Amino acid sequence: MKRKFTKSINKALRNQNLAGVLDRWNYPATRAKVYEGIDFEALRTQIAEIKGSAAGRLEELAEKFREAAEARGAKVFRANSPKAVKDYIANLCKEKGVKKIVKSKSMASEEIHLNKHLARFGIQADETDLGEWIIQLAHQTPSHMVMPALHLTREEVSDLFSKEVKEPLSNDIQQLVKVARENLREKFFDADLGISGANIAIAETGTLVICTNEGNARLVTTLPKTHVAIVGLEKLVDKYTDAAPILTALPKSATSQLITSYVSMITGPAQNDDGSMKDLHIILMDNRRTAMAKDPKFKEALQCIRCASCLNVCPVYRLVGGHVFGHIYSGGIGTILTAWFNELKTTDDIQGLCIGCGKCREICPGKIDIPGLILEIRRRLASKEGLPFIYRSALSVINNRKVFHAMLRAAYIAQKPFEKDGFIRHMPMFLSGLSQYRSLPAIAPLPFRDLFKKIKQPPSRTKVAFFSGCAIEFVYPRIGEAVVKVLNKAGIEVLFPDAQSCCGIPHWGGGAFDMAALAAVHNIKPLLENDVQYVVTACATCATALKKEWPLLLKDNSMGNLVPDAEIVAAKTIMFSELVNKLIEEKKLIPKDGQKLQTLTYHDSCHARRYAGIYKEPRAALAAAGYELKEMHECDTCCGMGGSYTVKQPEISMQMLKRKLENIEDTGAEIVSAECPGCLIQIAGGLDKSGSKIKALHPAELLEGKFK
Amino acid sequence: MYEQFKAMAELAGNTEVNRFGSKAEVLNFIGEILLKEDVKNAPGFYAVWAESPFFSGVDRNALAVKHSGLKFQVTRELSKNARVGITQMDWGVADTGTLVQDSTMAEQRLASALPLIHIAILGTGNIVEDLPSVMTKVHPCKSPYIAMITGPSKTADIERVLAIGVHGPERLYIVCVDELEGAS
Repeated sequence: MKRKFTKSINKALRNQNLAGVLDRWNYPATRAKVYEGIDFEALRTQIAEIKGSAAGRLEELAEKFREAAEARGAKVFRANSPKAVKDYIANLCKEKGVKKIVKSKSMASEEIHLNKHLARFGIQADETDLGEWIIQLAHQTPSHMVMPALHLTREEVSDLFSKEVKEPLSNDIQQLVKVARENLREKFFDADLGISGANIAIAETGTLVICTNEGNARLVTTLPKTHVAIVGLEKLVDKYTDAAPILTALPKSATSQLITSYVSMITGPAQNDDGSMKDLHIILMDNRRTAMAKDPKFKEALQCIRCASCLNVCPVYRLVGGHVFGHIYSGGIGTILTAWFNELKTTDDIQGLCIGCGKCREICPGKIDIPGLILEIRRRLASKEGLPFIYRSALSVINNRKVFHAMLRAAYIAQKPFEKDGFIRHMPMFLSGLSQYRSLPAIAPLPFRDLFKKIKQPPSRTKVAFFSGCAIEFVYPRIGEAVVKVLNKAGIEVLFPDAQSCCGIPHWGGGAFDMAALAAVHNIKPLLENDVQYVVTACATCATALKKEWPLLLKDNSMGNLVPDAEIVAAKTIMFSELVNKLIEEKKLIPKDGQKLQTLTYHDSCHARRYAGIYKEPRAALAAAGYELKEMHECDTCCGMGGSYTVKQPEISMQMLKRKLENIEDTGAEIVSAECPGCLIQIAGGLDKSGSKIKALHPAELLEGKFK
Repeated sequence: MYEQFKAMAELAGNTEVNRFGSKAEVLNFIGEILLKEDVKNAPGFYAVWAESPFFSGVDRNALAVKHSGLKFQVTRELSKNARVGITQMDWGVADTGTLVQDSTMAEQRLASALPLIHIAILGTGNIVEDLPSVMTKVHPCKSPYIAMITGPSKTADIERVLAIGVHGPERLYIVCVDELEGAS
């Protein structure tokens, strides 16, 4: 990572204005309220179908749109490149003698830096959307796709406006808005030409659909005699009726509104106020959108309706904002669009900001697997540019069980001077940053595989294989021990296939899909060696590999012959809490009578909640045993660990941890639990460092000894 | 359906929905607003009233005499200097409180977009259930410019704090008239 980029991250982390604004808004709650009574899954499935089908027929729909719009008197220009768009508009201005332009919000025009181009010809293009006008005055780019000036405070806006109108203004937002109204009103009347974007372009009728809250697009398309609309090809839908589901979802997902104040549907020119006809030009802009549509993976990204909800819920975006996490288009979807509209290489830095927590995928109205596509960018960058040598070597070591284990034994000895009570609180020299906000876990004296041999197994007809994963094997063998003891209590015999090694998620998360597939190969046969009923894992990250990713990775890396076995493993894999909850329901595990245990708050690991889909089961099992649950705010927001993310982006990781710890402390609970050793490393380390009395424990540790 | 429409429209903020049986009552109500808003024959204080089916049987000259500053020629300049704009909308959408109009004639947009206050007249019988239903009533092939309006002009672009009346009206009066039932 470039040093300049690290610097910009640190600068953004010091300025928490945007985070504060998003927190006060409380988007998740306001969004949920406005979607009440609506079947969101059905709605987004419908949108994904409409937009997905359109993405598969961009060429056909662009022509259909052109014919329909031209039949109604509009001029339609199809532009492949940003240059073609800029030339067309500059020529049109020259031809008509246009000197002044008013614009309503158009991300497509931001994408091609249109204003700067027009300025070269002495043409003044004024933004009229309040947020766009603010950033135009500040000479900045948007930090958010829907609310472009979200990063600026009222004081900063007041300074900008004061300079523009040449009189000192107060910080009162209502007053500032009035100043904008008065100043921009004259510009609307003076402008020779209006430029707008479009939220939807309907092919069968040649219609532009434009949504605004301020009403500026109505003026831009009404007062000047010429109207130019810049429309990205991804805005095309086939039919008039296709607009309804998009109009239903867009305002709800974008701003938690039922509908925007204004929706205009423009089909061909309408009369101007002097009786002449509007000169309407519609530019259908490609800029690599058709190339994107031809890519089997990235075609999905064209289902985006530009609501920016993926920004609003992103734990990284809200910490660093869109100037760091993005480039014109911001956040998760912005990273993907940048990789195409600019080039793959420009996303080298920003793609690494996605922690893969999956929150955006849950709420995307276009049903886009945003983290999946960012991972695909990472994979392509890794195969094109190559992973850094050290990083790839480290991943190879993890894949070689014997070497990896030998190294960890050596590390156990090396850590001794720094270790106390299972934590490393201070790292020497250049590593000190890693232990600044969080104590690091120490490597355990005895790895789980050696500990396991000491637990005598009851012979039983019910056999399960335990897949420990690296964290339980080397850092938390006591969790593995608890898992085995609880299952033994239910009369289950636990097997530990000795040949098991890393699940491959670290490789997968780093974009080295080939190495992740190899990790799957190393594990599948050993796990199926004995005829076991389940493959049990107590790690949500491993569960993601076993349940979801292995079959896909093998398929994508031409190891299809192993897919049937991988699918058997996937079907047999069960998370520990899922199995225990089942055993309690089947009365094979009976909680001891009248246990009143401690108060507990539960942290949902991203992999458990959003990949494995397990969140009810651990709560139910812990409550059945007698723990009193106290839910925390944002219980399913990422703790900032994200595997190697905490090493690659330590500053962001620590800020995320800080928020998590505050939410945990606020519950007043005595214990925090999570079924993910990675989260436990992060949270326990943070609690230790801050001197908290709260203990971070795995459900297995909490359930051991609690059954009859 | 009217009750739901009223509730949802008023939820948008700075919006007041009233219902009357006859045109005469509507004219009284609008007269009160013009008076309250100090509409007079001076720039900045005009009221512009765009061409409407409502006019049938209404003596516009008498109205213009009665309310000084009320204009029925909706030009660019008069609209710019109007405090109040009056238009008749074609449809109402109950589940979002939205007004829908064929705004192909520029004067409809000038009167509803430029003044600080917008008075929208709507036949009570022209309220439909939801967006897909209203989309069966208006069609781009027949109407080059379709406008949907819900509540006043607003923004949250500075610190996500709501501010009303950015480029369009800061207040919206919706006047539902039973007598107009079946119109449009």
